[in-house]
This record gives sequence, C-alpha cells and structure tokens, in this order.
Amino acid sequence: MYPDNYRYTKDHEWVTVEGDTATAGITHHAQEQLGDIVFVDLPKVGDSCTQGKTMGSVESVKAVSDIYSPVSGEVIAVNDSLSSSPEVLNADPHGTGWLVKIRVSNAVELDGLMTAAAYQEYLGGSH
Amino acid sequence: MLDAIGVPNIESLFEHLPERVLLGRPLDIPPGKSEYDIVDYFRALGEKNATWPSFLGAGVYRHYRPVMCDVVVSRGEFLTSYTPYQAEMSQGTLTAIFEFQTMICQLTGMDVANASMYDGSTAVPEAALMAMRVTQRDSILISRAVHPEYREVLATSARSRDMKTGEFGYGTESGVSDLEDLASKISDQTAAVIIQTPNFFGCVENVKAAAEIAHRHGALLVVVFAEAVSLGLLEPPRDADIVCGELQSFAISPSFGGPFAGVLAAKEKYLRQMPGRLVGETKDSRGNRAFCLTLSTREQHIRREKATSNICTNQALIALMATVFMTVYGKEGLRELAGQNLAKAHYLGAALPRRFSSPYFNEVVVRNTDPAAANRALAGRKIIGGLELGRFYPELSDCLLLCATEMSKKADIDQVVEVLR
Amino acid sequence: MIRKVRNHLNPEEGLVFEISSPGKKAYQLPDLDVPAVDPAQALGPANVRREIEHFPEISEVETIRHFTRLSAQNYAIDFGCYPLGSCTMKYNPRVNELVARTEGLAWAHPYQPEALAQGCLEVIDVLERYLCEVTGMDAVSLQPAAGAHGEWTGIMLVRALHESRGNPRKKILVPDSAHGTNPATAAMCGYDVESIKSNDRGLIDLEAVARAANEDVAAMMITNPNTLGIFEENIDKAAAILHEKGAMVYMDGANMNALVGISRPGDFGVDVMHLNLHKTFSTPHGGGGPGAGPVAVRSHLEPFLPIPRVKRNGAALAFDYDRPQSIGKVRAFYGNFGVLVRALAYTLAHGGPGLRNATMDAILNANYVRTRLQDYYDMPYDSPSMHECVFSDDRQSAKGVKTGDIAKRLIDYGFHPYTVSFPLIVHGALMIEPTETEPKQELDLLADALIDIAREIDDDPNLVKTAPHGTRVSRVDEVTAARKPILRWRP
Repeated sequence: MYPDNYRYTKDHEWVTVEGDTATAGITHHAQEQLGDIVFVDLPKVGDSCTQGKTMGSVESVKAVSDIYSPVSGEVIAVNDSLSSSPEVLNADPHGTGWLVKIRVSNAVELDGLMTAAAYQEYLGGSH
Repeated sequence: MLDAIGVPNIESLFEHLPERVLLGRPLDIPPGKSEYDIVDYFRALGEKNATWPSFLGAGVYRHYRPVMCDVVVSRGEFLTSYTPYQAEMSQGTLTAIFEFQTMICQLTGMDVANASMYDGSTAVPEAALMAMRVTQRDSILISRAVHPEYREVLATSARSRDMKTGEFGYGTESGVSDLEDLASKISDQTAAVIIQTPNFFGCVENVKAAAEIAHRHGALLVVVFAEAVSLGLLEPPRDADIVCGELQSFAISPSFGGPFAGVLAAKEKYLRQMPGRLVGETKDSRGNRAFCLTLSTREQHIRREKATSNICTNQALIALMATVFMTVYGKEGLRELAGQNLAKAHYLGAALPRRFSSPYFNEVVVRNTDPAAANRALAGRKIIGGLELGRFYPELSDCLLLCATEMSKKADIDQVVEVLR
Repeated sequence: MIRKVRNHLNPEEGLVFEISSPGKKAYQLPDLDVPAVDPAQALGPANVRREIEHFPEISEVETIRHFTRLSAQNYAIDFGCYPLGSCTMKYNPRVNELVARTEGLAWAHPYQPEALAQGCLEVIDVLERYLCEVTGMDAVSLQPAAGAHGEWTGIMLVRALHESRGNPRKKILVPDSAHGTNPATAAMCGYDVESIKSNDRGLIDLEAVARAANEDVAAMMITNPNTLGIFEENIDKAAAILHEKGAMVYMDGANMNALVGISRPGDFGVDVMHLNLHKTFSTPHGGGGPGAGPVAVRSHLEPFLPIPRVKRNGAALAFDYDRPQSIGKVRAFYGNFGVLVRALAYTLAHGGPGLRNATMDAILNANYVRTRLQDYYDMPYDSPSMHECVFSDDRQSAKGVKTGDIAKRLIDYGFHPYTVSFPLIVHGALMIEPTETEPKQELDLLADALIDIAREIDDDPNLVKTAPHGTRVSRVDEVTAARKPILRWRP
C-alpha cells in the first residue's frame, strides 16, 4: 500500500526524490479520510515552497484540508489533470494522483520524514 | 410532559441557572395584544407616513408588483422553509434558485451568479474582496458616481482590512465617471475598478472604456447596478469581470429600505472566489435530475475563518420574488417595462433644466435654485419630490435627483414640471 | 411504522426555460400616457441590448402552476415540526406578513422626508427599546441584515472601541463549539482566531480562558446557551476574566430564544451581542432569508454604532447622522425594515409575559424530546438542556449508520432532519431543537420516528443507509455537483 521508496509526513503527504526532483502527493490514508475529492488547489509552477508550510488544499464536498509541502524548493510541475479529474486522487493517490514536482533546495530535510514502515506505525497509533 | 421528564414544573428545568444571572422580574413589555389590535396598530403607524405619488429613486424604485409575486412568496412551502441543506425535501427552493441564478446570468451577461447577497450596498464590498482574492492586490478604486451609501458601506468594510480605497470623479458636464481621472489613479496595485450603471445620477456609463483601462492594468472591472429594470433595455455589462447589484426593482416594495436582495455574478474563471451560496444541477441515485447546494467549501460553515465571506442567511425569499417577477414579465415584458420607464423619465427630463448631458434611463438630475423649497412646494400638492443632492454632493446643492417609473402618472409629472420649472 | 405521511402524486415540472415558448406572456402594462421614446435615440444605439437571450416566456396560468408545483417539492414549518438545532424553526405568525404589507409602511421610501415617515421611525424606536429590555443592554442598532452581518457589525464595534483606546488588538477567542460564522467574522474584521477547548461538560473552561486572556485579545465570542443547548453557567466569571484584561465579551444571540424573559446578557457581563429576528422573533426563514441581525451594546460601545441612529426631536423622531465615532454605514438605508415590522408584531402579540412563556415552552419541549430519546441515542454531554439537545451517533455508527443517514431516514417519516454533524465537538452530532410552537402530538411523532429508526438500524441498517425512499428525489449526488459544477441552465 505505502511504497517503500517514499517518505511520509505527519500531515499525510508523501514524497519521493530522483536526482534533485521531488514528486509529492497525499497519502492513501489522507484521501480515504477526506472521501470523494472534488477539487484540488495547487501552487503555480515557479512558486517556492517551504517544508511544513501550506502549498495548496484538497476539498471534498464538506471538508477542506490544507496540503503542507513535504520539502522545501521550487515548484517545477503541477498535475494539471487533477483540475478536470480530481477523482484520480481517490483512485491512485500514490501514482497518477501526484500533486507537484519540486526542485529540492535542501535534501537533508528528507531525513526528518518517516519511512513507509514508520508511517504505517504512526497511522496505527493515531487511528 | 413534565411527568415524563420527571420534574414538578417548568421552572425546575432552569433551576440550574445561577441565581445571579436570572432576571427575577417580569419584562417591562405590555401584555400581549389581539390580532385585531396588532393590525390596527400598524395601520395607524402606516397612516403617519405619506403614501403620495413620489419621484424619489436613488437606489429604491417604485415599480408595480404583479399580484403573482406576492401569491408565490406567501405560500408556506416557500415562506416557512429553511436554507435547502437537505436537498431531498427542498427541491422547490433549489430549483427556483437555479432558475434565479440562470436569469441573473442572462440579464447581466455573466457566466455564474450566486443565490443572493443582503442587498446592493453589501454586495459591493463582497465584490471588492473577491477581486482582491483573484488579483492578490489590495487597492480598490470606486467612482464617485456610485451610490453614496454603497461607497460608505465599502469604506466601513475597508476599516478592518488591508483594503485601500480611493475614489475617482465624474465629469461635471457629462455626469458619468471621469475615465481620465481613473486612468491617472489606477496602478498595478489596483485590484478592482468599481462603476455603477446607470449611475447614481441615472446616467449610462461607458462600461467598455472603463473595462479597457482596468484590464490594461491587470485590475478587474466591477459593475454595479441599482436599478435592475434598466437591464431590460440596456446592453448588459459584458466587459465586466464581476457584476453586482440590487434587485429591489423586481417586485420588492421600497419598505423603507429593506429587505431587498443583492446579487453577485461573475465570469466563470472567478467562480471559486465567489462569496455566498450556489445551487448546482446533479442527479439523484435513481438518475433523475436534481439540484443541491454546491461548492460549499468556500463558505463559513466549512472553511470557518478562511471562508470567502461570513454570509450565511441571505435573502432567498426576496430572490424568489424577483424570480417570479422576471418570469411574469419575461423576455418581452421586461423590455416593454424598461421602455415605459425610459419614456416617463424622458417626458419629465425634457421639460426641466438637466444638469448633465449623458444619456439617462429613468432618473434625471435637474437644476433648481432651492431644491428644499421646491420639495416643500410639491409636498403642498401631496407629491413627494426628488432627492436633494447636496446631501451627498455639496457641489450639487442646487440639484434634485428625480425618478419616474411606469407608476408615475402623466398628471403628476406635469405637476412636478410646473413647480420646478 | 411511518404514521405521519403517505405517498401523494407530485407532478413533474421542468425548468421555466424549458416550458417557455416564444410570444407567451404573463404581464399587462398600462397604456403609456406619455410619448414613447426610441431607446436607440435616447440611450445611444451601442447601449441598447438586442434581447435578453432565452429569458422566460410563459403564460400567467403556467407561471402559477410552475411555482406551485415547485413549492410542493419543499418541506416547511407549515407541514410540521422542523427540528433543526440552532435554527429555531418556530411557527411564523401570518399576521406579521399582513402588517408588513401595510401600505404606508411597505411603500415608504427610505429618503422620504422624516416628517412624512414618522410611522417607520416609530417602528424602529419602539422595537429598539423592546430589544434593549429583552437583552438588558443599553442600545440597539437594527441595521444588520442577518446574524452574520450582526456579528460583523458587533466585532467592528469592538475594534473601533479598542482603536479609540489606541490599540485594535490582535485576536478573538472562539470556543471550539462555535458556529462557523464566528471565526469567519473575526477573520473578516482583521483578527486572528484562537480556538478555546470546551471542558468535559461541554462548557467554557475558565482556566483555558484565563490562560488565553491577555492584552492581545480584543474579545471572546460566546454563544449562550451554547451550541450544545447548555447554559454557560460561568459566563459572568469568564466575562470578569476578560474584562480584567480589557477584552470584550461578544454574545452570539442565535440561541436567545432560550433566555428571553428569564435571563439577560446585559446582566451577565456581555458587552455586545446580536439577535436573530428570524429565529427568536419568528420572522420567516423564507428558504434562507431575509433575516435581521440587530446588534445590542452596553453604553461604552454605543458611540460606535452604525449611522444613522433614531433620536427624539421634540415630539417627532429623526435620524441622527452626527456621530463622529460611528463605524459608519454597514448597509444602505436602515436595515431590513420589513423584517423589523414582523418582529415588532410578534413582540406585541406576545407581550412580556408571553415572551417568557414561549421561552419556557421551548425548554419544556426540548427536554421532553431529550427524555423520550435518551435511551436510544448517546448523549456525550449530559448537562441540563435548555432549548435544544444534542445526541451523537456513536451507538448507530458502530453498525455503520451515521447521523446523516438517520437524518435522511427521518425524511421518510415525514420530518425535516435535525441539524447534522454540528456542533463539531460532538462526533456525529444530532442536534434537535423542537421550539415552543410544537404540540405534544407532533413531538411524540418525532420521537417515535427516531426510536423506530434506532430499531431499524438494529434490524436492517441498509434501509437507513439508503434513505430516503419515499421522496420524489432520492439521495442526491453532491460529489458530481461539486466536481462538475452546472450552475445555470443553458439551451
């Protein structure tokens, strides 16, 4: 369920890094808690983001949840397909439902995030 | 019931309230009155007011209310229902609001309209705030030819926020917004330019030219209307980004200033930044067409302090009344109604010294050396005259703003002309 | 067993645009008694529209049928109990509607000379005085158009007071049980919001207030009774703590119908509050409005009230605009005057003793419903109820049935649902406010329905989860509505 090569935040985002490019999204658990996602608000390409700070939000019919950036850097791509098909986020949150790609400015930040095993343990504890 | 609850009397149900917070005496309000007494009391109050022919407009217009409007809003099914959060037992209200949203779009040339705001005046700051969210800028430029009370409400709103408001003037001969003044004041911090058409002086503004200036600087153009009947005849403000206004003209009696209904409409791309309720079309689980409140995540009950507005209760029943009005008059009727207004006002305006040169709809500013005396003279003939403009525009203290609608009789207009000429 | 309703034929009805056909009309205008004017000539050809594309064209009989058929798809207080907690869906007396249409009042123009509008000014003056008496406050402004608008006005007054003392301050404290309008209002007034956790009895935690209260706090917004329907018995102590730090107490008066004639905010430390005339004073909700949200203040906030104020000028009443400390205008003219007329009619019909009786009956009805239901639904906070009671769906959700499902099933029993999932501090809340105007028979039908539903959940939870079954429209797909918004009809 939770890929081993991803890192996870306590706010239920995931991130995976290739070279200096991070791909980030929200976790299966997050989409499940929200229910049917109807709208995704993402940053613009070129925006800078800071680890732990809001960079967008996801909405279900009756809830809004902020998305916190799992790493710091510059947004270099956003998943535009989500604006017309937000349901992808429910169907495949760890794959085609990715949210943004970020050029990482401080790779050390990743060390502070959870592994898949730690995240699942965290989920077990918090829910 | 007391036995079931297990208490000896009703008072024991609030025995847990600390003694120190109890009132401990009867309210100083006289005992209840009968229905007849109440009707009689308000009849007597009504008689203390003048019910004469009136030439006041200035944001509140006397239009005939087709009987159908009152019949529909008096139905308990509409009158005594709540906000349609439970779609399965509120399809009547939801469908009517969907029709309302559609008609407002058709009328204004916008793509989307909300389910209503409190009134025209409070719709203005809502539009300004929306423009600030869209542009991420903080300055608002508003024409001095916008209703003075709308501008005051905007100023009150600006007090508590990072909103800077400025005004631009109107042409002293033309009576429409001075676009050169606008061009000199607009900057790359301007979120919105706000004009009203027909403006407070009844004059028709050049929306296209104002839009060009606003858009050249990356600002939105907000067009306000106070006299909705004008939209039966006037080209809608298609070049605006946001249109907001007052629907009082659509079957709502002047009622000493309220309740009225405001509306806010916009281009589709600004939908997510709109305040207020929206009704959308969808299907039920059996595949039937159905309507429901939608995009609620913009609103206070979900987004709380991050909501687009704190508005909750709106003016639904008044919006319904306007919907019935628009249905009764329809495509031809609204045009014919607007045409009658135009004819009456021009019959009046042509006979008096006009202050401004621009085309006008059903209100006209006329010169008069002593407006207060003129109004007193009219009152002597049991006619309520016009608005003494000096109250809001010191430079126009020798002017009256007069309004004529389809309810203004020729004989009364002739009397006004006789007194003012 | 469903006892309140049976099926009834309900005609299909298209949208007005779909039943339109060219040339039909429902209006008659009088003959024009002045010369006609050519619009293109008078307004300029570019300013004249060609037509209003696709605007309705239907006949008079089609108009009345259209709206009557739509109306039949609504539930309303006139059909029966409408137990929406916090919304106070009480009977709306029809005499109020009649008097609001009194010609001299309904057709009064806001700019007609004061001498020719004394009747309207008197309505304002008398209602202001009665509302002062009901709330124990010193002054009332009737101008705000609704509860949220009253909140906004009230917090703007607080801001103005602090500014006059040299510092607007930074934040507003809001209990976690508050209505969503409270934090939204605070934010609109430029304040940060700090949420204060309720204690285990569902009440304001005095220690938490004491910890949060400091010179940065402009005010605390408190609903009393709170959204659990519980009287905040320490409200005067909380007020003392806040006043000590120079902070104000704002009371959200949404639940004032539980206090009228019994207890007054002005007597327990409240500085400023709003009333919802469409709740406590019976003016109709009309499918979402109009309402009125008068704001009442103690004397230290009076100089800041919106302009104009009504004052007595000898024998006559007049408007006073000369108020240099006023926050200005909060809306054009003087408020939702027609709603004020209705609220005054309600007040006169009840009189002082009647208003108190209404409060007592509201408390009685809520406690009766609570008693009837407490064996079937969990009640997370069991402090005494005032005018409403809040249950949770804990027991039912164990079987997979949520408060929203129970609400939808209640529709099949012929009732509008209670308030669902609010307040937020109760997980899966069922918030029930019967109001004083429900007869015992109706309350028993409501309680029986909820008890039957609790049993259905034991026997056949799916029946409840897929409800409603008896309505012309079954469960509505809100997800598709939000994902692919269709907000207007198009040909």
